[in-house]
Amino acid sequence: MRNESGQYETFEHEADIGVRGFGSSMERAFENAAGALYSVMVNLQRVGQREKKTVSVSAPDVELLLVEWLNALLSISDIERMVFSRFEVKIEGTDLTGVVWGEKLDNRRHEPGVEVKGATYHLLSVKNEGGNYTAQCIVDV
Amino acid sequence: MDIESLTKINDYLWEIPQQGRMNVPGRIFASENLVLGMDEKVREQIINVAMLPGIQKASLAMPDAHWGYGFPIGGVAAFDPDEGGVISMGGVGFDISCGVRTMKTGMTRRDVMPRLKTLVDQFFNRVPAGVGSEGLIKLTSGQIDEMLVGGAEWAIKKGYGLQDDLRYIEEHGRVDGAFPENVSEAAKQRQYREMGTLGSGNHYLEVQAVAEIYDEKAAQAMGLNLDDVVISAHCGSRGLGHQIGTDALKNLAYAVQKYKINIKDRELASAPINSPEGKLYFGAMSAGINCALANRQIITHLVREIFTEIFPEGRIKMLYDISHNTCKVETHVVNGRKKRLYVHRKGATRAFGPGQIDLPVEYKDIGQPVLIGGTMGTSSYILAGTKEGMEQAFGSACHGAGRSMSRTQAKRHWHGREVVRELEEQGIMIRGHSYSGIAEEAPGSYKDVTEVVDAAHYANLARKVARVKPIACVKG
Repeated sequence: MRNESGQYETFEHEADIGVRGFGSSMERAFENAAGALYSVMVNLQRVGQREKKTVSVSAPDVELLLVEWLNALLSISDIERMVFSRFEVKIEGTDLTGVVWGEKLDNRRHEPGVEVKGATYHLLSVKNEGGNYTAQCIVDV
Repeated sequence: MDIESLTKINDYLWEIPQQGRMNVPGRIFASENLVLGMDEKVREQIINVAMLPGIQKASLAMPDAHWGYGFPIGGVAAFDPDEGGVISMGGVGFDISCGVRTMKTGMTRRDVMPRLKTLVDQFFNRVPAGVGSEGLIKLTSGQIDEMLVGGAEWAIKKGYGLQDDLRYIEEHGRVDGAFPENVSEAAKQRQYREMGTLGSGNHYLEVQAVAEIYDEKAAQAMGLNLDDVVISAHCGSRGLGHQIGTDALKNLAYAVQKYKINIKDRELASAPINSPEGKLYFGAMSAGINCALANRQIITHLVREIFTEIFPEGRIKMLYDISHNTCKVETHVVNGRKKRLYVHRKGATRAFGPGQIDLPVEYKDIGQPVLIGGTMGTSSYILAGTKEGMEQAFGSACHGAGRSMSRTQAKRHWHGREVVRELEEQGIMIRGHSYSGIAEEAPGSYKDVTEVVDAAHYANLARKVARVKPIACVKG
């Protein structure tokens, strides 16, 4: 199920869900994969951008970097009780800095779906096909 | 699964012969029909686990086995530290010690029905559940460390429950070997506000009535009669457990390289049990188990408070508390010799047979109660562990039905409101924090739990004692 602007989608996988971000660069694909992640938990259209948080992660390769990035967001969400709807990512080698905007979770407004426990290595891939990047993995719900 | 590739041992036991780099054979406890329905991936994952160093006897799959991360869900494997055995994050997963606790109420269906609506509304309003829910207790960093060591015992010391509750929990409510210092700061921070919360997804709080009794003697020992009302909670170690899993996935990936462990799948990330990395994970994971036990204890307290407010004549007593997703140190007999093994149960239930020291005196002769959750529309089952299960499966049994349809498919098939209405027509009251969550959990999106339970029974992993039917369910 792609979102309206076609930047991200979730895909089905047995008991869990896959998240997939598209973009003209790896950074955009990572940002959109984060959008896909939050679309599992809430209705993203309803999440405002009142507060900003920053994230830095690194990993041995870009695929593991995607998992680190998504898991770092899940961790902040849990600790700060926040959900995010806008993401800006910078990647240098296998170091990522992200700035994210969101707000405190409000169950009445955000139409909650299901909580994500963690991003996994399953069906994990970061691909570049002629300048079209795709970043995806399965998340455990 | 291609049944031709398996050796049939009997109607409920199938073997994947030891070949290639496998250290032991694979064994699947299931009916022919269940085996045929299993994905080829399950076979592959059983084989991958059989290749891990120090594995004992066989790489096992329970009747509800399905595709998982590294281990299959329903995978059981035991490792000997003295034979280079490993501990693997894939054998435990993200929701450490997620499990089911069943409580007796001392009341029958007829007594409860007139005030059932009030009860379920109060459960819905007062037991925190759903995405991002917060518990009533906020912990400080000192308190969280005490909780991670003390488990359910800690919760009872804080006033959440009765001392007697502990007798009906595996390891009496707290596992040894938990080291809070092995748990990351992020994991602890995620838990400060999450104690006593159900979570979401397939987690629930359910009011059930005993619909059928198969084993009168065991049912009597458990204090179960036809039409008795019981309450079951299914939940786990919440944010803390998820973060311990996340941290381990990364740390153990480095250990795999350091110790040159040949793994077929990144999610089998492991370390030798006796290595610093293995010990670090075991200490953190054990703390995660205690967190889940404390969490279910606080929920028990809430259930007791709410239930006795509405039914002053009722009395909440524990039936039992079981954990899935654990690695525990246990003594088992291998080749006629007693050994201390690290038993991984991923989506599998401990099912100790009669006579085990961990069991409360009432259950000594009948074996450990094994609580198997169904869907909100179908039955759940109570079984009891067997001597044969101890011998063939390190005292383990299945944990639930497993999905037959993905969450996305389920949402395409059903609307949450419709599911609620249909279940109400069948006499099951549903309250949920998310309609899309309810659609994803529609009973039709799960396999038939009865078939799985029957297979566990005929495979002698655990024997059927009673069937309970939901009359109300609160979904996270």
